[in-house]
Amino acid sequence: MICQECNQRPAALHFTKIVNGEKTEVHLCEKCAQEKGEMFMFNGEAGLSFNNLLAGLLNIDPSFKQPSQSPFHQEEILQCQHCSMTFPQFLKVGRFGCARCYETFQDQLKPVIRRLHGGNWAHNGKIPKRIGGSIHLRKQIEELKHNLRESISREEFEQAASIRDEIRQLEKRLSASHEGGE
Amino acid sequence: MSLERFLNQAVSSWMSKDGPDSDIVLSSRIRLARNLEAYKFPTVFSHEEAKRIISDMENLLRQETMPKFGPMELLKIDEMQPLQKRVLVEKHLISPNLAEESPYGAVLLSENEEVSIMVNEEDHIRIQCLFPGLQLAEALEAANEMDDWLEQHLQYAFDEKLGYLTSCPTNVGTGLRASVMMHLPGLILTHQMGRIIPAINQLGFVVRGIYGEGSEALGNIFQISNQITLGKAEEDICRDLMGVVSQIISQERSAREALRKTSNIQLEDRVFRSLGVLTNSRIIESKEAARCLSDVRLGIDMGYIENISKTILNELMILTQPGFLQQYAGGPLRPHERDIRRAALIRERFQMEFKKFGEE
Repeated sequence: MICQECNQRPAALHFTKIVNGEKTEVHLCEKCAQEKGEMFMFNGEAGLSFNNLLAGLLNIDPSFKQPSQSPFHQEEILQCQHCSMTFPQFLKVGRFGCARCYETFQDQLKPVIRRLHGGNWAHNGKIPKRIGGSIHLRKQIEELKHNLRESISREEFEQAASIRDEIRQLEKRLSASHEGGE
Repeated sequence: MSLERFLNQAVSSWMSKDGPDSDIVLSSRIRLARNLEAYKFPTVFSHEEAKRIISDMENLLRQETMPKFGPMELLKIDEMQPLQKRVLVEKHLISPNLAEESPYGAVLLSENEEVSIMVNEEDHIRIQCLFPGLQLAEALEAANEMDDWLEQHLQYAFDEKLGYLTSCPTNVGTGLRASVMMHLPGLILTHQMGRIIPAINQLGFVVRGIYGEGSEALGNIFQISNQITLGKAEEDICRDLMGVVSQIISQERSAREALRKTSNIQLEDRVFRSLGVLTNSRIIESKEAARCLSDVRLGIDMGYIENISKTILNELMILTQPGFLQQYAGGPLRPHERDIRRAALIRERFQMEFKKFGEE
């Protein structure tokens, strides 16, 4: 197989990724792979780092390319106010400059994150206890509301009533923490 | 230094202890990526910021001791010898990236080396727990405890919607990478790995040969890890990986049984030839050593070889890497000298084993 970048050398790196049926195939020779930002670990024996392939993947995505207009016509380049990283810079290195970049580049990022994480867009795991007080409450309320609907559909009204009371309590605590907090 | 003393210092608990399913699973690892809200990410942060992060960590360690893991030792990358760094990489305690490209990096190690925390690698903090055998839930619990403790003292970068914010969007959300190291000679000998790898990929998991590339893993050792970090809870990610791993375990077991039925004598021959090479050779390359060690380990697991402990594979795979050989030799070695030294170390290690069982 020939390298898909230079179309000259034989491809030495074959990378296939299938997430939820979406398939991306990359075939590169060693030289192009290195130029695209992929790195081999320093002892030359270990494999490719997945993260280093990311920059390459982002650039390959056609939906992701900047519209090809003359540089003068280009709209203002998005830049993070906090760390001054620009979006093209991010595309190049595949790493953000700071936590606020996520907010700055939110709109551009959404399709990328979805694709990287099998269509997911929202965190569903651990929450730091210290900063997560109200988040915890909100998640708990959401869960209870789900249980409430289920109990009603099963016609377990006594249980539903007790769940409803619990939700009210939590909502009271949530609004109290908001007034007190900010 | 005698080999025995060197081993006592060099071998981490995950290499020398047995865990569940340890005939196939060598180790389980959990990594959590975390960042501090107040600082820019390591891709762009200034030297001063990097130093402040490290001194924050130093102050924390001075003032508090994590009850479960005991005192942690902090090692700064720029104060370490190249050989010392390499040894930590070969023990999987730090990444090559931290050793080579993070001049402002540091690592915190617990005494038994079960927990290591990399500072200023790609993210400000990477908590890593390494356990022998298949113990993902246990490793996750340990990593969570460490994370909870750190969180009491540090302000993490966290977004309500996206979770823990990481330098690279491939880690955002849980920041969790769960991986399992597996020894799969049966699947290789029966040519099934080519069929299994795409199936695993399809489920959103990644398979890599840890000491080689692609399906030609050196020593038939593969690492399987999750790719998706966002949208699933930590426990679910681990449970899904466990599901895949237990499938592979049963496939590997039935491949071994099939081999025993169809080519018992050939397999036995292969195992003992490899044992012969390891216990007699005077020059051995890392590739050949890895192949023979894999055969011997298979021989132990399948009962062809008695009187050699299983952990010899884990140990020698690490100890025969270039960094360790040079540390044992007490100085730099050229590749050819390494091959001689490697052969000597392996022979001596097997002698220890035979002596141990002889005495009993």
